[in-house]
Amino acid sequence: MMEEVKGASSFLSVQVHNIKVTEVLQDGDSLTFIIVSQKMSGTGEFHVDRTYEDFEWLQQHLFSQEDVPGIQGVIFPPLPARLQVNASSKTLRHLGFLGLGEWQPYCKALETFLRQVAAHSILSKNRAVEIFLTSSDPPGRQKVKKNIFNRLSQAVEEMRKEGHKDVDDFFQTKRDHNFLLTGYTKMAAEKFLDVVLTEQKIAVACGHFSTALHLCMEQGENPEKQDFSQVCVKLSEVFNSIKKSMTSTAMNDMNTLGLGLDLETRYQEAEKEMLFRRTCKLVELQNATKNAEKAKPVKKAVMEEAKKATETEFRQICEVAKKEIIQLESKHVETLQQALVQWCEKQLLTAKESAEVYSQHLQTFKRMQ
Amino acid sequence: MATSSDRNPPPFPATDEPKPGLSDLLDGDSDEGDDIFVSNRTNPVSVSRGVSQPERVREEPGDLFSQEEAGPNTAKSNGVNSDDDNDLFAEAQSDLSSNTPSSAARPDISTSSGPRPASSFPQNPAAMQHTSLEQLEEEEAKDSFDVDVAVTNPEKVGDGMNAYVAYKVFTRSSLPIFKSKAFSVRRRFSDFLGLYEKLSAKQTLHGCIIPPPPEKSVVGMTKVKVGMDDPSSLEFVERRRAALERYLQRVVSHPSLLQDPDVREFLERDDLPRAVNTQTLSGAGFLKMINRASDAVNKMTIKMNESDTWFEDKLQEVEAEEQQLRKLHAVVDSLVNHRKELCGNTAIFAKSMAMLGNSEDNTALSRALSQLAEVEDKMEQLHQEQAASDFFILAELLADYIRLLGAVRGCLDQRMRAWQRWQEAQSTLQKKREAEAKLLWANKPDKLQQAKDEITEWETKVTQYERDFDRIGMSVRKEFLRFEKEKAKDFKSQIIKYLEAMMQSQQRFIKFWEAFLPEAKAIA
Repeated sequence: MMEEVKGASSFLSVQVHNIKVTEVLQDGDSLTFIIVSQKMSGTGEFHVDRTYEDFEWLQQHLFSQEDVPGIQGVIFPPLPARLQVNASSKTLRHLGFLGLGEWQPYCKALETFLRQVAAHSILSKNRAVEIFLTSSDPPGRQKVKKNIFNRLSQAVEEMRKEGHKDVDDFFQTKRDHNFLLTGYTKMAAEKFLDVVLTEQKIAVACGHFSTALHLCMEQGENPEKQDFSQVCVKLSEVFNSIKKSMTSTAMNDMNTLGLGLDLETRYQEAEKEMLFRRTCKLVELQNATKNAEKAKPVKKAVMEEAKKATETEFRQICEVAKKEIIQLESKHVETLQQALVQWCEKQLLTAKESAEVYSQHLQTFKRMQ
Repeated sequence: MATSSDRNPPPFPATDEPKPGLSDLLDGDSDEGDDIFVSNRTNPVSVSRGVSQPERVREEPGDLFSQEEAGPNTAKSNGVNSDDDNDLFAEAQSDLSSNTPSSAARPDISTSSGPRPASSFPQNPAAMQHTSLEQLEEEEAKDSFDVDVAVTNPEKVGDGMNAYVAYKVFTRSSLPIFKSKAFSVRRRFSDFLGLYEKLSAKQTLHGCIIPPPPEKSVVGMTKVKVGMDDPSSLEFVERRRAALERYLQRVVSHPSLLQDPDVREFLERDDLPRAVNTQTLSGAGFLKMINRASDAVNKMTIKMNESDTWFEDKLQEVEAEEQQLRKLHAVVDSLVNHRKELCGNTAIFAKSMAMLGNSEDNTALSRALSQLAEVEDKMEQLHQEQAASDFFILAELLADYIRLLGAVRGCLDQRMRAWQRWQEAQSTLQKKREAEAKLLWANKPDKLQQAKDEITEWETKVTQYERDFDRIGMSVRKEFLRFEKEKAKDFKSQIIKYLEAMMQSQQRFIKFWEAFLPEAKAIA
């Protein structure tokens, strides 16, 4: 998944590590994203504009690579859900952190998606990736044929397979662990979102207080009233500062740990889906084996062939899956570490700046006495 | 009774963190924090009590205070002394420096958000030699404001629905009007209301802004009657205690009210007869009462012809300001609620991070996540303190002044009533003169004398009422000036407290982040 040879993917003509989603343009209800990537050879950039449908087109192409051995063992970089313009707060809530703050977190998430895809040793080979990043025309909007990846919601009978006991300890452990981690990460992301939303509410309330105080300022020439008016004006400034500080705090939360937890959650879901695909293949293999054993001599050869084919597929999937899992795990540690360090550094900076500002306000008030 | 548990506003769970640097920021209040509160992280409480102290000290840099001598000695001598009183002074003693004993000794008791007139304190003998006679006289005049009151130690008395909370009212003063230098009594809430009743009955024609007491609360008190242990009851009691303290401080810092014997009796007398006339303040609340009175005045048939628009302008200003303060109070209220919400959310987030950390394989990452959970727990405490600070400092300040503006309107009404009395006397006099004229015409000499006597009586009354009206007008103007000054001072000192508490929190935020950063970096 993340064999990240910086920028030197031999299948793409763009550098991978600095693909950027620079802008989002709104036209009525639809959004267009501007994607800029640097040419591999020489100087120059590719500027392309893509809609969410184009992203889905890319994803579908990646899913439908049935001829690539072990493709089902790939942990596909997760594409963020569609962003609705003028959405109600409920639908925005579904996006979590990606629904906040003027689309910047969302663009960042799209950016990450593209970088992960372009850096993936298997996925980046797909022509669709090159077309998506470099073609000035919009990539084909025709629907790609349905594939096994299309269904994300699983039928009831499929659900039973999820708990199917594994033959391999490594994978059984991974499945159990993934199950736990997915739940906890999702919850942590949700609870952190609650924190950020409340911080924003506090910022808004401080802004209201600041405005209301400013209105208290009296125009009268009474010297005794002027003193109090000054107090109101200065307090209004204080709360404006508090509002700014809170807003920064919420932004820092959003852009670092918030995005990190969100990415982690989606990656763990992606891993879960991959493990499930493998489990399904395992069940298929076990069924094929049984069928081959039970087959009447007439059908036996055919059944054996089928079983062998399935066996090969399963083996390939397991090979790819193992590599992907190990890479994901190290990437997971790296992602969280980066998120935590950035978060801490930004909050520390904001806290220090706020302390400085508050100190000045305090001095102002003390001088007023 | 343990002072600590009562003094702390309930939102604070016990903490083992020593109170950092409060003494660095607040010169006056450091002792107070150590004196009275065993659990030392009670910024908002100490804040709600001590406000204008540092300000006062700066105003009279040259003054020295004899309290350190007066304290323990007089505390012992008046017999009212308990261990608590000694505690209040203990820190004062140990922290005295030769230069500014004031900053150490002063803040022990009272110092809540009551307005503080500029004043000084009696000099100790050593300093006497350095003062001129002039300065002495000036200080004599200011001596009358040398009173500190504190309301502490709420204790539940009795059981069931007849239970009530008794507070200790501690006074320290070197004024001769009091029997001793420091003393305390126990009072219940209805006693405070009773004091207000007596004062407003007496002061109706004096044009005085009488500080309003806190409001009755059936809901709040019922919970307390049932049991005082849950956080909301504790918060209610603490809120009331702080409000009662501010109320008393405003009363004693008013020069004419301090002279009132009812005030002295309230502060000094060991067993006060129970106030039974607090019905007017029940249910409807203080402001409703004022509004009813205002309506009555507005419905007066004879409209006052104001030669001086000052009073009309002031009434409009006061009404406008009351509306503004109400708006501000509503916003602060919602701010307090959001902060409390943030506390809850932070705690839940901390738990979820702890669980995530536990299920993490990578040891370094696991440890970092667990530490993050701890940091977030500490943040939650900071948010709680901030919420309490928002509430006990800002929200209560605004609420106090909304009620005080009601009292200001009451003061203007007093003047209206004085005018009304004068006008009615004039019309009565007119009627008496007409009656006399009729008697003259009807020639009834015996009744004539009586009529003449009545005319004289009413002429005197008219003159007196007119003088009263003028006098009350001047008094109201003076009260307004004083009120504005006190209001600006009050707000300034409260805001300084608020900012200092916020600075403190901010420093601790910084410390938490600085401690966590190396942990985060150590993951890879």
